[in-house]
Amino acid sequence: MAKWKSLKDMSILSTAYPRLDGMDKVTGRAQYTSDVRPAGMLYGRLLTSPYPAAKVVDIDVSRAAKLAGVHVILTNLLEGKAVRYAGQPVAAVAADTPEIAADAVDLIRVKYEKLPFAADLDSAMQEGAPRVFSDRENIVAARRPTQKGDVDAGFAAADVVVDATFRTQVQTHSCLETHGSMVEWKGEDLYVYDSTQGVHSVREGLAKNLGISPAQVHVICEHMGGGFGSKLQPGFYTAHAARLAKKAGRPVQLMLTRKQDFLSAGNRPDSLQKLKLGAKKDGSLVAFSGTTWGTAGIGRGARVRQPFIYEIPNVYAEHHDVYTNAGAARAFRAPGCPQASFAMEQLLDEVAEKLNMDPLDLRLKNETNATRRKEWKIGAEKIGWQRRRKTPGSDSGPVKRGLGLGASIWWPGGRGTRATMTVFPDGKVEVRCGTQDIGTGTRTIVAAIAAEELGIGLEMIRPLIGQSDFPYSGGSGGSTTAPSVAPAIKNTSEKAKAKLAEIASGFFGASPEDIIFENGRVYMDKSRKKSMSWQEICQLLETQPITVHGEWVEGLSSAGVAGCQFAEVAVDTETGAIRVEKVVAVADCGLVLDRLTTESQVNGAVIQGVSYALYENRLMDPITGTMINADFENYKIAGALEVPEIEVVLFDEPERGVIGIGEPPTIPTSAAIANAVYNAIGVRLRSLPMTPDRVLDALYAQPVTRKED
Amino acid sequence: MENFEYFAPDSLDALPGLLSRKRERTMVLAGGTDLLDMLKERIVKPEKVINLKGIAGLKGIQHGEGVRIGALTTIAEIAADAGLKREYTVLAQAARSIATPQLRNMGTLGGNLCQRPRCWYFRGREYVCLKKGGSKCFAPEGLNKYNAIIGGGPSFIVHPSDSAPALQALQATVHTFGPQGEDSIPMDEFFELPIDNLRAENVLEPNEIITAVSIPKPAPGTRSAYIKFREKQSLDFAISSVAAVLEMEGSRVRDLRIVLGGVAPIPWRSQVAEDELRGKKLSDETIRRAAEAAVSEAQPLSQNRYKITLTRNLVARTLHQLAAQG
Repeated sequence: MAKWKSLKDMSILSTAYPRLDGMDKVTGRAQYTSDVRPAGMLYGRLLTSPYPAAKVVDIDVSRAAKLAGVHVILTNLLEGKAVRYAGQPVAAVAADTPEIAADAVDLIRVKYEKLPFAADLDSAMQEGAPRVFSDRENIVAARRPTQKGDVDAGFAAADVVVDATFRTQVQTHSCLETHGSMVEWKGEDLYVYDSTQGVHSVREGLAKNLGISPAQVHVICEHMGGGFGSKLQPGFYTAHAARLAKKAGRPVQLMLTRKQDFLSAGNRPDSLQKLKLGAKKDGSLVAFSGTTWGTAGIGRGARVRQPFIYEIPNVYAEHHDVYTNAGAARAFRAPGCPQASFAMEQLLDEVAEKLNMDPLDLRLKNETNATRRKEWKIGAEKIGWQRRRKTPGSDSGPVKRGLGLGASIWWPGGRGTRATMTVFPDGKVEVRCGTQDIGTGTRTIVAAIAAEELGIGLEMIRPLIGQSDFPYSGGSGGSTTAPSVAPAIKNTSEKAKAKLAEIASGFFGASPEDIIFENGRVYMDKSRKKSMSWQEICQLLETQPITVHGEWVEGLSSAGVAGCQFAEVAVDTETGAIRVEKVVAVADCGLVLDRLTTESQVNGAVIQGVSYALYENRLMDPITGTMINADFENYKIAGALEVPEIEVVLFDEPERGVIGIGEPPTIPTSAAIANAVYNAIGVRLRSLPMTPDRVLDALYAQPVTRKED
Repeated sequence: MENFEYFAPDSLDALPGLLSRKRERTMVLAGGTDLLDMLKERIVKPEKVINLKGIAGLKGIQHGEGVRIGALTTIAEIAADAGLKREYTVLAQAARSIATPQLRNMGTLGGNLCQRPRCWYFRGREYVCLKKGGSKCFAPEGLNKYNAIIGGGPSFIVHPSDSAPALQALQATVHTFGPQGEDSIPMDEFFELPIDNLRAENVLEPNEIITAVSIPKPAPGTRSAYIKFREKQSLDFAISSVAAVLEMEGSRVRDLRIVLGGVAPIPWRSQVAEDELRGKKLSDETIRRAAEAAVSEAQPLSQNRYKITLTRNLVARTLHQLAAQG
């Protein structure tokens, strides 16, 4: 089975090096989708429904069509004329400028027959609520309940039982670059510049949608400004852009506006969780039951992964998806996990308190993962767990501090990637792989693995990725990219090396197996008596570059992540403000390919977790059924001043090979913060986000009716 | 945004001929940080936009007997001015708390006083609310956690300015220019409640502009502070803020002004709170009473009762902070 060389033999991999395209990004040289503007390109724009539930009665484009600069108007975007969420595309325009396109959209008159709606979880769950789909109930069982052991007997045998109701909010992906594409027909072929996490899935999906062969579709994504799961699937905007472009006979750019992005391009479902947990005196968890609900809007997939990481002998867990008149959810960084973590880790802390046990000891008592067992101890030491208040809320003064913790888990893995490598006579090496870089540094690790294997400098490698015409690689989701791509690049590099070793062996009169590639030189064997430079051996290729094909192989990557986080917070009990002062994130990630980009991913995940814990919240207006805060003023996201000190501990296990790290570190942040808040103020917050109004209401026990609760 | 005619006059004399008496038919541009958003979102659709930045004499901070600040002075300049930091601390602190460095570099004092409400129903195109000529204010039955707890009705907006409560607490005067020439309006009379004026938040006529703001020299023994609470520190408006100016005589408060931001449709001068402290010593007890008094007029909506607790605590915090300076 294939193996990575040992850490001490690595000169690039496992060290810290900056991403190759960093300079291009910060200087504006990097070309994002909206930067690609071929001659004659038109600007597309969507007209979306302002109503959450309606029937389109008539669309009058006569005024818009007369506007100078308008080329095409499509009015058939809706299937069956039914509008099911505010923000749903109804018509599309292509015009000479973005301004004309916006004016044209404003001039289209749509006559709607408004219908009753249920735009949030609570209204949709009410008896007699308007149905989102006429042929289905709003509340649907997601799958068969999870059942294990005998729950009733488990609770009967428990020494303590806690039950509580938790809520988490809808979070939107809020990618800095909105969803969008630039499409251009060249003869029968369609070229698609797309902000996507999956150039191949877009090719397949778009071809099917347009009724053409995937062979005719060429998807390109050089750089992108964030996806977080929302850009895994082919976009409706891409298909609309392709139709506009076909009709206009011109290239068309169609980027969603920020507001459209909020309304129609995906989100993390919310949750309502009624949970019950029982434990023995010694802390062993014996029974769990939970009923959860969540809305994925007009879509499905709001499952809450309870009972989270915990191995409990007696379990009953059932989940219901609830349809609402809101944009469909999409995969979002560790789907189903942050919701589960926020509730379950607090429930565990409540058990610990009842048992008069340290929450960390309770975790250790129930820990089944050997890696995480070690990580708990590392994290506790880094945060100074012994400083944790024995009595919650016992600090004097208005600002009170506390510590909390939470676990993370993931099941990534990944396989299937293929690649080609061409070694040119001047020594340059081109790698082609149909993966894409969603910002995690994929392009950089592709080059680094090739350079490491060939024993040459990073600057000799041209990593070409982000095109569906390159060898297949899957979508960048599920933290699968690195474990899928890295082995393929290593395998491909080995094949190139084998070819070069044959040439070198002829030259040296040595055996190909003995040839060593390192430090930009090729040695005849480990005696290192004879050698030539990398350039010299490549010159022997004369006019015929070497091209080899490689693929993912077993042994270089694995699955399964364990991690944990500790948070320290300061709560201002006069204003309700929670300040996260420090997060210690212990992340297990096998062989670290690049320390800088790996730490960067953990940092990003923690920041997104802080933002989920304290700020972000999609709010649906009860009067109109529309998202009222579809902008970055009112949809609040952690900014630079909200970011805590983050200490990243990469728990190296190189023998396990490459494991993805994009998702798991965002899971435990909100739970660790919530538990820290309780430790600080002695009042438990069971709803996300933990905003000042909720903190004050909890502290001052003011009864309030709040729609978004 | 819709098309408009653009003018860039170089003197005040040109303004009467350009500015319409009809509201929102012509609009003036200074920093543009609010106007451009309104134009893009098509909340306003003026026929003419008049850029004031070419007009001489509207910019700068002049210290003398008191201070005079030109309307086009940027928020960043106010936040950085050493004289203001020393003698008009409440204003410098308020300026520093506004938005982000980029916005403070662009935004002007005149614009900060005249900015429109941030209420999400007002800012969203699809909500034809009372302030945009509609028939109802959406806040009472809608999402109202950021709306007014004092002085609301029939509209429940809050005034978003940070500089305004500070200037009102400093007893500033607004200098204006219009078809009738120059005029001066005390800050106490500059803003108008929705019950008196639904379509605007101040008494300026559509064809008038602010040229400057002047502040009298603070009496000896004056201390001042501005405390702003917002949900996040990076770019956020006040949920509640307190501007306090205390004229001390020994340990007694000879006179004082307390003005609240973010809780009412206008900067809310809390005379009931001032009355609790005027002539008295600052003590835990008098401060507690003043803080209670500051929210005694509050009538919360369904989701903003927390703003009462918050505001009471902020008033107390501001006064304790000033007491500690003695």
